[in-house]
Amino acid sequence: MGNILSLTTFIPLLGAVILALFLRGDDAAAQRNAKWVALLTTITTFIASIFILANFDPANPGFQLVEEREWLLGLQYKMGVDGISVLFVMLTTFLMPLVIAACWDVNDRVKEYMIAFLILETLMLGVFLALDLVLFYLFFEAGLIPMFLIIGIWGGKNRIYASFKFFLYTFLGSVLMLVAMVAMFADAGTTDIPTLMSHPFGTENFSLLGIQIVGGMQTLLWLAFFASFAVKMPMWPVHTWLPDAHVQAPTAGSVVLAAILLKMGGYGFLRFSLPMFPVGSEVMGPFVLWLSAIAIVYTSLVALVQEDMKKLIAYSSVAHMGYVTMGIFAVNQQGVDGAIFQMISHGFISGALFLCVGVIYDRMHTREIEAYGGLVNRMPAYALIFMFFTMANVGLPGTSGFIGEFLTLMGIFQVNTWVAVVATSGVILSAAYALWLYRRVVMGDLIKESLKTIADMTKRERLIFAPLVVMTLLLGVYPALVLDIIGPSVNALVGNYETALATFEAATQFASN
Amino acid sequence: METIILFAPLVGAILCGFGWKLIGEKAAQWVTTSLLFLAAFLSWVVFLTLDPAAHPGGSYTVTILRWIESGTLSTDWAIRMDRLTAIMLIVINTVSALVHLYSFGYMAHDENFKEDESYRPRFFAYLSFFTFAMLMLVTADNLVQMFFGWEGVGVASYLLIGFYFRKPSANAAAIKAFVVNRVGDFGFALGIFALYMVTDSIRFEDIFAAIPDLQDHTLTFLWKDWNTLNLIAFLLFVGAMGKSAQLFLHTWLPDAMEGPTPVSALIHAATMVTAGVFLVCRMSPLMEYAPAATNFIVFLGASTAFFAATVGLVQNDIKRVIAYSTCSQLGYMFVAAGLGVYSVAMFHLLTHAFFKAMLFLGAGSVIHAMHHEQDMRNYGGLRHKIPKTFWMMMIGTLAITGVGIPLLYVGFPIGFAGFVSKDAIIESAYAGTAGGYAFWMLVIAALMTSFYSWRLMFMTFYGMPRGDKHTHEHAHESPNSMLVPLYVLAVGAVFSGMIWYGSFFGSNDKVGKFFGVTYAEASEHGEAKTDDHGTEDDHGEDAAHADEGGHGKAHYNLVGAPGEGAIHNSPDNHVLNEAHEVPVWVKLAPFFAMLAGLALAYQMYIRRPDLPGKLAEQQAPLYQFLLNKWYFDEIYDVIFVKPAVAIGRILWKQGDTRTIDGGINGLAMGIIPFFTRLAGRAQSGYIFSYAFAMVLGIAVLLTWVTLSGGAN
Repeated sequence: MGNILSLTTFIPLLGAVILALFLRGDDAAAQRNAKWVALLTTITTFIASIFILANFDPANPGFQLVEEREWLLGLQYKMGVDGISVLFVMLTTFLMPLVIAACWDVNDRVKEYMIAFLILETLMLGVFLALDLVLFYLFFEAGLIPMFLIIGIWGGKNRIYASFKFFLYTFLGSVLMLVAMVAMFADAGTTDIPTLMSHPFGTENFSLLGIQIVGGMQTLLWLAFFASFAVKMPMWPVHTWLPDAHVQAPTAGSVVLAAILLKMGGYGFLRFSLPMFPVGSEVMGPFVLWLSAIAIVYTSLVALVQEDMKKLIAYSSVAHMGYVTMGIFAVNQQGVDGAIFQMISHGFISGALFLCVGVIYDRMHTREIEAYGGLVNRMPAYALIFMFFTMANVGLPGTSGFIGEFLTLMGIFQVNTWVAVVATSGVILSAAYALWLYRRVVMGDLIKESLKTIADMTKRERLIFAPLVVMTLLLGVYPALVLDIIGPSVNALVGNYETALATFEAATQFASN
Repeated sequence: METIILFAPLVGAILCGFGWKLIGEKAAQWVTTSLLFLAAFLSWVVFLTLDPAAHPGGSYTVTILRWIESGTLSTDWAIRMDRLTAIMLIVINTVSALVHLYSFGYMAHDENFKEDESYRPRFFAYLSFFTFAMLMLVTADNLVQMFFGWEGVGVASYLLIGFYFRKPSANAAAIKAFVVNRVGDFGFALGIFALYMVTDSIRFEDIFAAIPDLQDHTLTFLWKDWNTLNLIAFLLFVGAMGKSAQLFLHTWLPDAMEGPTPVSALIHAATMVTAGVFLVCRMSPLMEYAPAATNFIVFLGASTAFFAATVGLVQNDIKRVIAYSTCSQLGYMFVAAGLGVYSVAMFHLLTHAFFKAMLFLGAGSVIHAMHHEQDMRNYGGLRHKIPKTFWMMMIGTLAITGVGIPLLYVGFPIGFAGFVSKDAIIESAYAGTAGGYAFWMLVIAALMTSFYSWRLMFMTFYGMPRGDKHTHEHAHESPNSMLVPLYVLAVGAVFSGMIWYGSFFGSNDKVGKFFGVTYAEASEHGEAKTDDHGTEDDHGEDAAHADEGGHGKAHYNLVGAPGEGAIHNSPDNHVLNEAHEVPVWVKLAPFFAMLAGLALAYQMYIRRPDLPGKLAEQQAPLYQFLLNKWYFDEIYDVIFVKPAVAIGRILWKQGDTRTIDGGINGLAMGIIPFFTRLAGRAQSGYIFSYAFAMVLGIAVLLTWVTLSGGAN
């Protein structure tokens, strides 16, 4: 079991290689085989990841199950999990089989489609498990390529524009992050993440182009990482790529994008920004809090007037990610616990909502809200599922959506009541846009001629939703399942952060005396 | 037993909602109803056998499961059982069980659904789910579980208001109810956050224990420092305003009448809307030390009582009249709670639940008889057609308008439930505000209550039949499943006031004993002069002796520490004692207000039925103002709804599309035309250019690493 992490990470890649090498032809049988291979691979990966969880000791806040070996060019290959990353790994492996099952009806270049998803899974797992800077960067950046392909090849009409936009946004962030990584290596002489986490990066103020940089090098490094993670999250105002990407992406692509890829930004903040640049985080914290609060209100208002279902849910995702960044930069136990919980929960809920859109898109081939109405008349099961996730999305207590929202707001209230009030007003707006959407799509009489023959969910679709419903309820009623695992690591993170700040403040005072 | 009470409705909801295809529609309905009757029976057992003195602090807790734990924040799913919980249990479960039974008849045939549609199991499942959420709310031992119930009932209310999903008006009303309630929840949530910040806990026990240390504490909130307790009490009250439809957040309640009538009786009269009152009473240890906030509660409650009554005067829809009446009566309860006589607020909550549920169910019976006609202008002369319903409505009207024998006291006053509890509030209002604003508002509201209630009776049951002749001819009495609940509630509407007078509005020793609060004898000046005897039964009997033949020869005060017992009074809160010693004219005021309202209604709707029309013409602006509910909906539409949509549109089109996208695209076009050209030329070029850039980046990094001697 010494290499369970690598094993889990590379099982999907193995599946992809098998598909690429051994599967020939593009007839119905070959397509079916491709889907089954992919499904079995992702299920195997999930089973492997259960061993990770079973061997994980929640009481230990440090990295566990660490693997370390020499790699190319004197670089090291290092992987490990802690309380912060382990649940993201689980989220990924749990959702991927559902994602594969959700594209069961695709029949365009199926083999390549499956390969793209499998490679994507390997890269996503790598991001959450890598403990070396270069390794992380490789996984982090390479993960975009399969996603680009998924949008660009299997996407909607405007897929070129959407992918191009994504490229422009991400490129700038990545370049800055790369520069920062080089600078970090120059400063610390290592690319080992645990070592970097305890390396004190410079905090002396200096001026650059006439601007006084408070927090010195830490602030600059923080900004460089922020550029990359903020785009990934996405945070306002660099969020506009997301609605377009979602609209153009196929259903399964949207699910992966919303449920897992967006979490890389939040994970990055927790893995790099807070522990490595505490002073930079403290200096820039209020700025992030305000961006988050604005994001919540701004994108909720924009969601209110959307005419495309997927766009509406995409904007709602941005708003929910606002709670995450707010919780992270509140830097207290409730805030960070809430942020992680919100990310996990959003993985289930937003994934399910995009699947909900997919269900009716598959039938009607339109995402226009206007084209629907009165679906409850013919699709009662769908109406129930959609209602459930709509309520989870607005943070109804008893669903997992509530815990994350509640904890992040509780965390921020102790730090900044202005931000807390602005952000809390999001709960009103989210209810408005979500229920308004539901009303227009599901409620009312069934009048439109085109909908008169629409069929309710198939058994396969119900089976996909079932685990999501269970997880959303389970985490809402018994959140200890998550909180017990992340608690000690978050506690350590917050503790280290405060110690680092105290040291910095003591030093500043000493200097000023 | 507590756990069974709590979960029986949930089990019923699940079995009925998901299992009806297996067990059949009828069986599903019976499952929920019988489980509810079981819960109601057990609730009465708990209520009658609860002896607060047997438990330390007058309450006990049953822990069910861990819930949110994060740092010092720790909450469980748990049941806190004390007198307040017990009162709410009997109110909720009794009314809910009766409403379940009633729905057998009322929902038997519904023309909003097609012949072969199975809507009944869904309805019963929602009702039971609502009951469960409401029970979670009242049994919570911490604020977050309460919030769970709080939002849970909101969802149930949303689902039930929108039950007729084909009606656009019902769908709109459902969303409105949920969103307006969320405005209240916004305040509630902030209150919880603030409480956690200052007390490091959200469990009632810990909060109450921390209150005495917080009296002069200030908290920075937004732009300035506030007195912590006042701020928190105010924020929590915002939540209560939403749920209990108080002025400014009341607009959803009349629209909620779009739901089926049993729903209106259960949710929008007897139980859910009283949750705000319950919250204020539950937080009494906090409220007692938040004078500014409680003054506001009294002011707003009194204003709501007045406002809603004025609107009720002119409504023509039978259910809307009762809805505004509910809104108004809730105002009464808040006045009592704000003044610190929590027992009186709970008293009115209890009696109101009986007679208001009854009025709604009676109205449902009328509507049922009249083939879903709800406009009272099309009623008239129905007392001969549906005599049983008529008599039940009559009892309800006598109860709500407060009919009784003033000044007669035989250990308790003689009168219908509303007479006893409403007068208790009005007397408390006189004592608590020295005959101020709240008192006069409530007396005037009592007059109007009487007027609109009798107007409803006269328009519906007296005079000549109006409207569709065919409908009148086919008007029929309701089946027994609908009438029996009315009879049961009638018992409550007649007797509940007299039976529990002593426990809720007797002298402080009786109240203290009932609620499990320590009490002590007080001198003339109201200071406690003896040690506590609260738990000694014989003392209570002595006090009852002393009480004979008049109120309060012996004075007692509630002296329990915050959190001890179900309600708390600060040492200088003497409203309950003083309420017993108000001048005679104050005690008579509501009675004469009632008579005046009755006389006015009689004059206008029996003797001179042409008068209302003329008056409406003469006073057209005023009439329109009232008929349009003071134009709250229109104003809110202009200042909230339309701007929100407009701003959303501007942010989307101007903000996202033009500024951000435009800016970034422009920037990109300027800085990296190379890539844009690439992308423009070859459709998939950008992917390779991206991959290329990344590989290049890694190459640069690797070069750097290698040149500088390799990683450790």
